[in-house]
Amino acid sequence: MALSGGVDSSVAAAELLAAGHQVVGITMRLWGGDSDTGCCSVADVDDARRVAQQLGIDHLVFNFTEDFEAHVVGPYVDAHRRGITPNPCIECNRHLKFDRLAERADLLGFDAVATGHHARIVEHGGHRYVARGADPAKDQSYVVHMLPQRELTRTMFPIGGMTKADVRARAAALGLRTAAKPDSQDVCFITDGGGREAFLGARIPLRPARVVDERGAEVGRVAAVELVTLGQRRGVGLPGGGPKRYVLAVDSDAATVVVGDEAGLLRNTQPVLAMTWAAGPQWGEVRVQCSAHGMAHPAVVEPDGADGQGGAGGEGGRVLVRWREPQRVVSPGQSVVLYDPTDQRVLGGGLAG
Amino acid sequence: MDRTYLDHAATTPMHPRAVAAMLPYLDGLFANPSGSHRFAREARAVLDDARDRVAGLLGCAPGEVVFTGGGTEADNTAVLGVVERHGGVAVCPAAEHHAVLHAVEHLGGRVVACTSTGTVDLDALTDALRASPPVGVVSVMAVNNEVGSVTDLAAVAAVVRREAPRALLHTDAVQAPSWLDLRALTPLVDMVSLSAHKFGGPKGVGVLVAKDGATFVPRLMGGGQERERRSGTHNVAGIVAMTEALAATDEARPTELPRIEALRDRLVAGVRDALDGVHETVAPAAKVAGSAHLCIEGIENEALLFLLDEEGVCASAASACAAGAMEPSHVLAAMGVPRSQAMGAVRLTLGRTTTAVDVDRGVEVLVGAVLRLRGKAAGRP
Repeated sequence: MALSGGVDSSVAAAELLAAGHQVVGITMRLWGGDSDTGCCSVADVDDARRVAQQLGIDHLVFNFTEDFEAHVVGPYVDAHRRGITPNPCIECNRHLKFDRLAERADLLGFDAVATGHHARIVEHGGHRYVARGADPAKDQSYVVHMLPQRELTRTMFPIGGMTKADVRARAAALGLRTAAKPDSQDVCFITDGGGREAFLGARIPLRPARVVDERGAEVGRVAAVELVTLGQRRGVGLPGGGPKRYVLAVDSDAATVVVGDEAGLLRNTQPVLAMTWAAGPQWGEVRVQCSAHGMAHPAVVEPDGADGQGGAGGEGGRVLVRWREPQRVVSPGQSVVLYDPTDQRVLGGGLAG
Repeated sequence: MDRTYLDHAATTPMHPRAVAAMLPYLDGLFANPSGSHRFAREARAVLDDARDRVAGLLGCAPGEVVFTGGGTEADNTAVLGVVERHGGVAVCPAAEHHAVLHAVEHLGGRVVACTSTGTVDLDALTDALRASPPVGVVSVMAVNNEVGSVTDLAAVAAVVRREAPRALLHTDAVQAPSWLDLRALTPLVDMVSLSAHKFGGPKGVGVLVAKDGATFVPRLMGGGQERERRSGTHNVAGIVAMTEALAATDEARPTELPRIEALRDRLVAGVRDALDGVHETVAPAAKVAGSAHLCIEGIENEALLFLLDEEGVCASAASACAAGAMEPSHVLAAMGVPRSQAMGAVRLTLGRTTTAVDVDRGVEVLVGAVLRLRGKAAGRP
C-alpha cells in the first residue's frame, strides 16, 4: 500500500485491512530537494508512519530519489527546454508507482500494489480497464490511465468506489490523524515561494522571447519562453483591458510567442503520440480528456497513417483524435486520455503531439 | 517472531550491570548534584566517583572528562567549539560520521580524501594541513561506523603534530570501546568523543575528553556544570550506568575480542561459501572484530533489508535520512566503491549478546533472501 501521508491512502490502507488483506505501508521518498508538501516532506512521512502504527501495519520508506530524478524531474526540465509542457504527476505514476514500486513489490513477494487514487479497475469483454472513481469531482483515472493489463491485474484502488466525503468520514470514524488534512496540490517538487520559474531557472537558461500577433507584429515580450504554455492567457506581458488574447503558438527555437483570439486555438483534430492501450487499439467513438480535471469531449479516434507503424497505432504509436466539435489545441506533452463512449472506462492514452 | 540482532553498531543492548547501576538514581537518590544540601552532595560524590573511574578507563585526568548528552554532542562540541574559541579551519576525512562531517562542512572546512579502506589518506591529510589559512581542529574517527575500519591514530597524530602543531586533534571514538583499549588511544589526541549506548550504556549520554589546552566554546550555556564546558543538570543515572558499562566492556575485552572475531569470520565465511558475488568491503585485518560489511552483487539493499526484517533479522545498510529512507552511503563513495556495488551493501555488526545461533540464522536468512531476490530479478522480463 503506497502511503503518502494523505487521507486517501490512509483510508485505502484501512479498507484493505478491513477486507482481510495483509498490508505493508510503503512511503516512497522521491524528491530530496525543497518541497511545500507533496509526497516527500518529512511531516508527510511522519503522518504516514503514525497512520500505519495506528492501523497496526508495518511501514517502510523506500528511497527512489534517483529514479525520480531520472524519470520525472530530468525529463520535466528537458521538456520545458524544448517548449513542451509535461505532466510530471503522470510520469511519476508511470515510472515510479506502477513500475519501480510494482517491481519492488513483486521482488519482495507481494501479490498487489494498492494506492489511494480515486479510480476503479473494471472488467469488460475479458479485459481489465481503469475506470473513473465514484466521486466525479475527485476522479483520478486520467493520471493512472497508462496501466497495462499486467499491472491492472495486480493493482488495487481501495477507495475508488468512495466519494471524498465518504473517505473523510471513514477517516474521522477511525480516528485517523489525516482525516482533515488538506488535499495535496500541484507538483511536489515545485515550491510556492519559487514556482516553476525559480525551479527551472536553476537548471536551464531561461530565454526572453518576443510576443507577436498573428500577423507577426511585436506586441510584447516575456522573460522566459520556457515558461509559456500553449493556450495560456495571462502572464505574456500584454496590457490589460483589450480583447482576451491567448497563446496560439510557442516557437522555442526562435524564441517567439504568437498570441491571438480564442478562435485561433480551436482545432478539428488532435494528434496523440506515445500511445498506451489498456487492451489494444480501439477505434471509433470515444470521449477524450486532455487535463486532470477537464471535460471529456466526444470524438472519433482513428489511425494515423504517419505513425511509423503503417497506421497500426499500437503501443508507443500515434493516433488522430477527430473532435465532434472543434476543441482547443492541447499543449504538446500534455496527456490525452481516451474513454469509452459512456465516459467510464479508459481505453488508452498518450501525449499531445 | 524470533529476533536475530545483528545491528550492534547502531546500538547494543544495555549491560545488565549498567541497568542495575542506574536504577538507584532514578527513584532513590534522585538529587541534583549541583544542589547545596547533603542529599545533593551525596549525588555529587556519585558523579565524582564516576568521573574518576571513566578517567582511569580512558587514561586521562578526571578534570579532562566532560559528560555530554551523547556522541553527536561531543563531536559537535569538539569541531564547532574549538574553531569558535581558537579560530582556524576544521579538517576531517570524507568518511567521518555525519556528526563530525556536517559540523566541518557547516564551518566551510576541508574534507580530506580516504583510502579504499575508508581511513584517511595521509598524503591528502598532509596537503590539507599545509594549505592556507591554517588549521584549527582536525577530527579523525578511530573506527568507522559503517565499514568498521580502524584508523592508525598514531600515524595521523604524527602527521598533525608535524604539519600543524597548533591544531587540536579530535577523534570520534564512538565505535571503539568494545574493540580497542582506550588507554592506548587517548594519549595520542587532544579530544575524544564517546557514546554510552554503543558499549552497553543508555542512550542520551556520552563523554568528551578535552585535554589540558583543548579549550572550546561550549554548545550549551546555563548553569555552568562540567566546569562551564557543558551546562545542564547532570544525568546522574545515565552517567553512572555509562561508567559501569565502560568498566564491564573493558574487563570483558580480552575474552570478547577473540570470541566475537570468530563469530564474525564464521558469518562472513557462511555467506561467501553459499553465494557468488559477495565482496567483503574491508579486509578483516583492517577492521574491528564485530564488523561484517558486505557488498552483494545483483540485489538492492532496501529490498534485502525488507526480507531480513520479515524474518526477524536486524541488519542495516547506510544511514537514513530524516524521513527514514536509506541514503546512498557517503562512506562507500569516499572509499571509491562504485554506486552499482554500493547498492548491494549490507552491514551486519556483532556484540556482547551475539551467539553462534544468531550468526548461523543470520547466514541462513541472508543467503535465502539474496537467492530469492536474484532469482526473481532473473525471472523478470
